[in-house]
Amino acid sequence: MYYNEEFETLPRPALEALQLKRLKGMLERVCSGVPFYRETFARAGIVPADVQSLADLRRLPFTYKQNMRDSYPYGLFAAPMEEIVRIHASSGTTGKPTVVGYTQKDIDTWTELMARSLVTAGVHRGDIIHNAYGYGLFTGGLGAHYGAEKLGASVIPMSGGNTKRQILIMKDFGSTVLTCTPSYSLYLGEAAREEGVDFRSLKLRVGIFGAEPWSESMRKEIEEKLNLSAVDIYGLSEIMGPGVAIECIEAKCGLHIWEDHFIPEIIDPETGEPLPEGEKGELVITTITKEGIPLVRYRTRDITSITYEPCRCGRTHARIARMSGRSDDMLIIRGVNVFPSQIESILMDIEGVEPHYLLIVDRKDNLDILEVQVEVDERLFSDEVKHLQSLTQTIEKAIKDLLGVTCKVRLVEPRTIVRSEGKAKRVIDKRERN
Amino acid sequence: MKVEQISIFIENKSGRLAEVTSVLGEAGVNIRALSLADTSDFGILRLIVNDREKAKAVLKEKGFTVSKTEVVAIEVPDRPGGLSDILRTLDSQGINVEYMYAFVERCGENAVIIFRFDETEKAIQTLTGAGYNVLEGERLYQM
Repeated sequence: MYYNEEFETLPRPALEALQLKRLKGMLERVCSGVPFYRETFARAGIVPADVQSLADLRRLPFTYKQNMRDSYPYGLFAAPMEEIVRIHASSGTTGKPTVVGYTQKDIDTWTELMARSLVTAGVHRGDIIHNAYGYGLFTGGLGAHYGAEKLGASVIPMSGGNTKRQILIMKDFGSTVLTCTPSYSLYLGEAAREEGVDFRSLKLRVGIFGAEPWSESMRKEIEEKLNLSAVDIYGLSEIMGPGVAIECIEAKCGLHIWEDHFIPEIIDPETGEPLPEGEKGELVITTITKEGIPLVRYRTRDITSITYEPCRCGRTHARIARMSGRSDDMLIIRGVNVFPSQIESILMDIEGVEPHYLLIVDRKDNLDILEVQVEVDERLFSDEVKHLQSLTQTIEKAIKDLLGVTCKVRLVEPRTIVRSEGKAKRVIDKRERN
Repeated sequence: MKVEQISIFIENKSGRLAEVTSVLGEAGVNIRALSLADTSDFGILRLIVNDREKAKAVLKEKGFTVSKTEVVAIEVPDRPGGLSDILRTLDSQGINVEYMYAFVERCGENAVIIFRFDETEKAIQTLTGAGYNVLEGERLYQM
């Protein structure tokens, strides 16, 4: 089953010709419309006309998340504000989010790609989609929502939270498709059991899970406990949102990345050099149709590999492997992106707190939990419990307010956090990985 | 009129309290009174010792976070209602007790209670004014 058979099965020579044509057009647009690209291209001594083949792409400079931060909020927009119809954002290092803008055409593209992704995952008209991705600045909820409507499925805009109500609605409304983070799906499963609701009696058939890393063994667990077929979806707000890539229900072996809109590359994160097919490296994406905020060779920091082998589903678009990590120190906690440096700057802003901290991420009852250990030195210490407790609450609240992540602060004795000579060990991630 | 207490931050894990007491024992420091405030994650051990400087030095050397706090030692008549009278006197002046604990030794016929007030000076004035005996630190450390 295809949503847009022509484009999804476009023979590779035609697909690549289309990519090149769109790439050239996009480069002209960013060079005329975005000062940042005009300058970086000039510095690299390159003009759009130099790009005559897809292989020339590697001559272009990378775009980093930092470039988006530096141009906060709208500096990288290539379209005038009159044409921007939607703004989304994701969390940022210094409390300032990374902002993305969409023109109507961008929203249409996103909607189409999300509709394609849903069909690729085995969803069709008549399905009832229980969309538990968060609605708001986060792209998950609205992205999945528009795609579902476009497809003609019935979408229930649940958003996150209120788990009991989620279970009631899933059961009574006869939801057939569940979209949320993989960890939340397991949490729903546990909660349903406590409510005396058997997932096997529900009509759920497909689950589309993303926004955080998960593993094959987690897929097995979800499929068994929730009695559905679990599919991995990939996306990031900088590039578009959910629906950049998705597994097909036929093979569930790699995520098809929609190459008529994005050009993927896998590079060595240290050297920046492209890696051959099948080798693991950092995913770099160039958006070739976006108008609001087109990005040239954007460093996603996600580690994966790519294959151009034909897939049994018949789609000709390359497949990227399940994300196996990050090339930076970003953590994804309950779907929220968190950099240790963000926590550090929050701690430094609280008087007397030393930057000796350790983040411990774990998963309990299928939900990510973050513990922040902070050393208590003489300046912080008080002989009264209430002062120390108010200190932990202050830190917890600051982290919640600025990063949107609930954490538990644990005060520890001085010098209990290991000092290392090289890069300090700031994170212990106990969550299961591949 | 004030007594110096040392406070030690202790993580809630096995062996930490034993570590503190053994460090003090080896240094020949005698614990005169103690209280342990505990939460689920950490504890605050408060001590009156015979040699504060030495106690502080050896604990810091072992990496503990130690602080000094001024507390007040008061003789409390050892009879029913003795403590209640003191607390009512303090309450009448709007003085709060942050925490309190009992001293091991008696002072003649009276018990000794260690108090930490929110307003230490006012508390001392109020209590001496009401006829209570506030003990000097030097006397207490050697009791």
